[in-house]
Parts: sequence; structure tokens; C-alpha cells
Amino acid sequence: MPVAVRFTDVHRHFGTVRAVDGVTLDIAEGEFFAMLGPSGSGKTTCLRLIGGFEQPDRGGIEIFGRHAEGLPPYRRNVNTVFQDYALFPHMTVGENVAYGLMIRKQPRPMREARASEALALVKLSGFESRYPRQLSGGQRQRVALARALVNEPRVLLLDEPLGALDLKLREEMQEELKSLQRKLGITFVFVTHDQGEALAMADRLAIFHAGRVVQIGAPAEVYERPRTRFVADFVGSANVLPPEFAAQTGAAAGWTSLRPEKIRATVPEQDFRNDETSLIGTIANVHYQGALTRITVAGEGLTLRAAVPSDGRTFAIGERIRLSWPASAMQPMDDDP
Amino acid sequence: MTAPVLAPTLAEPPDGVLRRLSDNLYLHPSLLLGLLLVPPLLWLGIVYVGSLLALLIQSFYSVDEFSGMVRREFTLATYGELLRPANLDIIVRSVLMAAAVTAAATVIAFPIAYYAARYATGAMKAFYYVAVMMPLWSSYLVKIYAWKLILAKEGIITWLATRTGLGPVLDFVLAIPVIGGPSLSISFLGMFVVFVYVWLPYMILPVQAALERVPRSMIDASADLGAAPAPTFRHIVLPLAMPGIAAGSIFTFSLTLGDYIIPQIIGNSSFFIGQAVYAQQGTAGNIPLAAAFTVVPIIIMGAYLWAAKRLGAFDAL
Repeated sequence: MPVAVRFTDVHRHFGTVRAVDGVTLDIAEGEFFAMLGPSGSGKTTCLRLIGGFEQPDRGGIEIFGRHAEGLPPYRRNVNTVFQDYALFPHMTVGENVAYGLMIRKQPRPMREARASEALALVKLSGFESRYPRQLSGGQRQRVALARALVNEPRVLLLDEPLGALDLKLREEMQEELKSLQRKLGITFVFVTHDQGEALAMADRLAIFHAGRVVQIGAPAEVYERPRTRFVADFVGSANVLPPEFAAQTGAAAGWTSLRPEKIRATVPEQDFRNDETSLIGTIANVHYQGALTRITVAGEGLTLRAAVPSDGRTFAIGERIRLSWPASAMQPMDDDP
Repeated sequence: MTAPVLAPTLAEPPDGVLRRLSDNLYLHPSLLLGLLLVPPLLWLGIVYVGSLLALLIQSFYSVDEFSGMVRREFTLATYGELLRPANLDIIVRSVLMAAAVTAAATVIAFPIAYYAARYATGAMKAFYYVAVMMPLWSSYLVKIYAWKLILAKEGIITWLATRTGLGPVLDFVLAIPVIGGPSLSISFLGMFVVFVYVWLPYMILPVQAALERVPRSMIDASADLGAAPAPTFRHIVLPLAMPGIAAGSIFTFSLTLGDYIIPQIIGNSSFFIGQAVYAQQGTAGNIPLAAAFTVVPIIIMGAYLWAAKRLGAFDAL
């Protein structure tokens, strides 16, 4: 599959801050690519580098095989949905959506027709003559989406587009963005700090940490086999087990990760199976979440988080409990932090 | 078994008059609002609007040409007097000067305000505020007399022009009819320079405030949608700065229209509205004509604001 965006050892420093510190990655055409990381990890700067709002200090950026370094945003076939939507307050919704066409001097009837089509695509038909201030947050976001899509970009950049929406709307928009992307076949590059969102929506995702990409892969791959301790903790807050523990159980060498939902919780007296690793500890915290109950257990020098199905059992802080898990659940990781 | 963790250690203060008063004000916000609003409303209503009305009424009286006494009968004769060529000249001259000063102040203020809003941070921003405001701290008269010296034939501008060989350029400019004169300090051009100087901060600050409210992402979005800097300026930055420019131009326009000191100190002896008011109500004792003259700027400003609104200057508010 052709490469839509290629970063080759890209650096972007702000004073002494290495916002982007040697990033190399390929984004394939037509894929839904998520850049995931905590704030300050360089993911937004990478997005701005693709958009042309920042220029790399070093390294190469190609968009569909064309070198993009030194190209201003208005000379790239890439459009952005901004985090704050950045709708123009003095223009109607219709004028906002048609802005890119107006700048490209398209005739008015064509502009209006295309703007209406784009608004229909995001289910906002009939909103042309309203002003952005008369819309709800979710509607503004759709206008921002229509305003970007009307220019038929080859890559659509989305900067934390769902961050300002409430939970229910966010889930709705996740599905909608996903189906829109399938329908249009445009490459979507999506920046988020919400790992759940990235896992749910992306075909592939890149995990950013301190200006670098620490892992790239399909969601299941990254979730099941985190490459470093940072990824294990950041994506789905896995337990990170020190090399000594792995050595003691003979399961693996070096650091390992263990997903909370792979852990069974039983009474201490109950036996565990032969292929399982087990420890007995004291419950330090209980966090009921509906379908799951998350418990934190301290024992044998470790603190482990387990997520067990809520099946009517109750857990009390201070209670002794046995945690056990199959040895295969412990995933070996690199030694990098 | 367990003692309460937080023992009530804070004793209730005694129920004094002040405490009951604050309780009442807290529970009845409208009472508080009334207390806060009544004094300024009285001030505005009686002192300000009242005097304005008195002025308006005065302008409908006239002066008896023989006795010089004010005749308290409704008449439009005083307004008719405004239309006499000599008075009309004063009005046209003042309005043209105010418009020119406003236009120049906008052009000069915009880049300064843009720099301050978009680029200046920390110490630079503090320096900017001091630099813009400092001229407002010193006495108005001192500034104007200083300018008189700068612009005079023996002043630094003439000196600089002759030293740099630009003397003929200065002479050429001064030879231009209407705006020129024997020296910069006795010309409309000099007066214009001084007006722009004294009112410039009143344009910079509102324009900066308007630009400050334009988020960076909006300019990014315009570029993202294909607009080079010039179209971005025309379609996004300028319209969003318009309320600030309108606010600033209200200051520069009306302050220039009403000023009577600068035209008296700098410039030839042609009258401006402010001077006409001053002369009519003082030496000439023609209060009705003075009042009619002051109504002119009010009407012009009203028309100006109405036109600005029609042109969409406040759409971005």
C-alpha cells in the first residue's frame, strides 16, 4: 500500500525542549492512524509538522512521496480539524465550510452546493445560515469536519477532536468518524491522549513518549504485547513485573507486563492450577466500575492491579486474597523504560 | 469507639448588625445590585444626561442680535446659522482632520497592536504596555508644546532635514497648498502629526484587545484551508479586529473633533469645532450657537456608528 505520510528521523526542538526527538514512521494510504501519548509527548507537534504549522529542524517529511519540508500549510493537500474547532465566528456555517473553496476562487453556486453536500455528510443539512455561536459543541465539531472534508484532502488531521465532548457524544462521534473514514477512504491521522479512543478507532497506532515513538502497531498488538514499561502502563495500565519476579517464576527473563484482566482472584485457601503463577496478598483498594471491579493487592513485595468480573462477590479492604494467572499472560518487554 | 475526626473548633461569631446586613445582602442579590447601581445611575441620569439635555435645549434657543440676550423660544435659526459658509467651513475642516487622523492612527496602530497581541511575551509585553501608555502619563499641554518646538522652523525636524540634505523635500511638502504653511508648526500637516501622536494609544489598545481574542488556531485554520497570509489577513484577521478598530476610531475621531487646544497651539488660525464652541460660549456669549456646535459631533458620531454597524464592524463581537 502506498505511503501517505513518511517521517524520517524528524527533529523539532523548542529552545532546550526536544518536542520531537528523532521520529521515524510511515502512515499508509487510507488507514486510520492514531498518535497516542500523554501531553508533552510530541504527538501534537508531529501532527502540526504534517499540517505545515511547524517545520522540522532536521529530518524529512514526505506526503504522498513529495517532500513537504519548507511547504507552508496552504500549499499542502492536507486539512486539519482543530482541537478548539477554530470556526470563524464572523461567518455563517455555510461560509465557514465554503471558505477553502472561496479561497481557491471557485464560483459561488459550486461553493454553496459543495458546502451543502459536506454538511449533509456530517448530518448538518439546513444549518448553512446559522452562526457558530448558535451551535452546540458537537455541532461545531461536525462543521469543523465538513470544513476540512469539503477540500477533498488526501490526509485529514484530527487534533484531539473529541476532547471537548461529553462521554455519550464522544462515543457516538467515534463510531461516526470511523464509518466516515471507511466511506471516504481518506487517510485519517488522529491525535489523542485517550488510549481507549485510540484502541477503539485506529487501524494502527503510534505510542509517543518524550518526543519519540516507542511502539507502532495494530491496537491488539500494542495492547497484548507492550514493548516497554511505559507502553504497558500507559495503554490499559498493565502491571509491570520486575526481572526478579519473572526469574523466580521461571516464566520469562527480564521485565514483563501482566494485564489486570488476566488475573483471577480467589480465596487464599483455594489451590491454583499448575500452569499458573500465584501470590497471596492484602487488598489495598477496591474500585467498583460496574461490569468490572478493579482491586489493588499488595503482597510479596509487589503491588498488583487486577480487574475481575463483578459477579456478586464483594471485596473488602484489608482482606487476604489469592491472585493467580497463567504464566503465558506475562509478556516479556524490552529493557527500555 | 471513634472520636469525631473534625471537632467543631470554629465558634460562631456573634450576631451583630453588620453580620445581619451581610446575610441580607447575600440572600437578596437584587438589594445588593440596587445599592451598587443607584449612585452611578443618579450620577449618569442627572448630571450627565441632564446636562446633555440642557445643552440640546439651549441649541434650540437663539440670541437676540440687538441686545445680545438669549431668547428662550424654540427656533431652528441657530442651526441655520451653522450652515453659514464660515461655520460650515469649520465643521468640514474638523471632520476631515478627524477622519485623516483616524485613518492614520489605524494604519500605524495595527502593526504595533498585532506585534503585541501575537508575538510579545513576558518582558517585551511589559515594555510594550509602558511604551504605549507612557505618553498618557505626562501632561497633555507639555506634550503639545514639546511638539511645537519639534515642528518649529528652528526645531529638530528642520535641522535634521537641512543636515541630511532633505531640506528641499521639507520645503516642497510645506509648499503644498492647504496642508502646508510657513513651517510645520503652523500648518495642518503639523497639526495632523500631533493629533495622531496624542491619540495613537487610544487606537492601539482596543485593536490589541481585539487581536488578543483571535486564537492562533484560527489563523492556522485559514492557512490550512489554503489561504496565504494576505487573504488570511483580509478574510480573518481584519474582520475580527474590526470591533477594536471601530472602538479605537470612536476615540480618535471624537477626541479630534472636540479638541480645542492643539488647533490653537499648532497650526494656522483657522478654527475647529472645539475652538468655535469655546469662542461662542466665552467671548462671543452666544451659548445657543456653542450648543449647536457641540451637537454636531454627537450627530456625526451617531451616524458614524450606525454606518460602522451596517458595514458589519461589530459582527465579530
